[in-house]
Amino acid sequence: MELLAQQLITGIATGGIYACMALAVVMIYQAIHHLNFAQGEMAMFSTFIAWQMLAWGVPYWLVIPLTVALSFVGGVAIERLVIRPLGDAPVLSHIVVFIGLFAIINSLAGFIWDFTIKPFPSPFGEGSQFGGLISNHQIGMIAVTMAVLVMLFLFFQYTRVGLAMRAAAENPASARLVGIRVGWMIALGWGMASAIGAIAGILIAPIVFLEPNMMLSILLYGFAGAVLGGLTSPTGAVFGGFMVGIIENLAGTYIPEIGGELKLPIALFLIVTVLVFKPTGLFGRTVVQRV
Amino acid sequence: MSMLLEVTGLHASYGDFRVLHGLDFTVEKGGISTLLGANGAGKTTTLRALCGMIKRTGTIRFEGNDISGKATEDIVRLGVAHVPEGRGTFTGLTTEENLQCGAMTRRSRAEIARDLEQAYHWFPRLRERRNQQAGTLSGGEQQMLAIARALMLRPRLMLLDEPSFGLAPLIVQEMFSILRKVNQEEQVSMLIVEQNAGVVLELADNAFVLETGDIVMSGTAAEVRDNETIRAAYLGY
Repeated sequence: MELLAQQLITGIATGGIYACMALAVVMIYQAIHHLNFAQGEMAMFSTFIAWQMLAWGVPYWLVIPLTVALSFVGGVAIERLVIRPLGDAPVLSHIVVFIGLFAIINSLAGFIWDFTIKPFPSPFGEGSQFGGLISNHQIGMIAVTMAVLVMLFLFFQYTRVGLAMRAAAENPASARLVGIRVGWMIALGWGMASAIGAIAGILIAPIVFLEPNMMLSILLYGFAGAVLGGLTSPTGAVFGGFMVGIIENLAGTYIPEIGGELKLPIALFLIVTVLVFKPTGLFGRTVVQRV
Repeated sequence: MSMLLEVTGLHASYGDFRVLHGLDFTVEKGGISTLLGANGAGKTTTLRALCGMIKRTGTIRFEGNDISGKATEDIVRLGVAHVPEGRGTFTGLTTEENLQCGAMTRRSRAEIARDLEQAYHWFPRLRERRNQQAGTLSGGEQQMLAIARALMLRPRLMLLDEPSFGLAPLIVQEMFSILRKVNQEEQVSMLIVEQNAGVVLELADNAFVLETGDIVMSGTAAEVRDNETIRAAYLGY
């Protein structure tokens, strides 16, 4: 029983990270209808920036907002400089650009900070609660991801900018006709996705350790979550992220054949299964439209 | 009467294919003009050209200033609301969110709330549907929504692209009577593109008849209505 509880909590904690990555991916997918393969690398780079600031002795409470802000600016810059000029280019051009971004960011991080694995301190310190059932870091992960997700929900549901972003993603032509600056809304989406990724990276780095390839598997789980929940539904993506975290941990613990080594294929298995049997995902909707 | 919109020598093309060959037309301040013509005459293209949704040349004077070089978003911000072909509904948003989008460029929350009430006053059906996903509204309701959303901008000029398209005659009558009231009570000028010439000529002050990218006749709505040759040749009624 205690093992189950522990695995569930671990699943929810890592699931929150997958949910953040899934949400970042879905936000960009909604706006430009392409999957950003470089999302994980952007998050990894943000985490290195945080590590560098920590190494320079900047206090943690200052590092997080600074990193988030820098990542936001970086995300907007990537959209403006790389993605926007692509415009309506075919899907393959986008894929190549994303792979290019992936390689550039990955190598740049390796070039600056080299490829050795670095420990990354938890912002919530060591130790655990409830007789070792849950570590302080896990509590922090769950609290922060929940807070981020709730804030994003409120932002999109109740602010005018959030509404403008939803309108721009759904129907760009109509959005222009009501005066929404669609290009900037997309850039804003990139900035926010990048900032969310930064938070996810900082939260997961103490667990997977810091190195240029750290986000590779995380992003795969994030993709699995997004596909499971439905690429057209931010809520679904978040739910899917948590589900993937829980499934991954329980399967790894209770199915001996899977164990720790075969956890990652679960993500791939989920992606394939969902795409074969329910391509819209659990929450994805084929938009109802009467003519 | 002074002109709100003065278009001279408007050219537009899709790729190499030229669709408009130098149109001249006007909308008076507080007036209603209509562009009539058959399918493929270039009516929708004209509205899209006015709003900068496609490449165009010529001069488009709105309140005396040339807007032919401006981007769509900036033209909207000057007070030009376009009710596009196909209604442009944000299908995934609720009815009320669609209306809020219409007021996106405005600041005062109090005024927006007041105009939202006014929109529901014009179109009571929309109030009943305020929290419903807009994509599930009927065709007529979506057309009402499109007009209401355009009004949320507090426009000086409304461009309406075939507002009667696909609607039952009774609903068309109702909609046009609302448009007349909006025009008279709120001094919103209008440029209406229609195939349904009979109804719109009752409403409009001036009419311009379009045939394959050229204006072949213009005059007051009454003149066009009473011209048998034009009616038979271009308007088909």
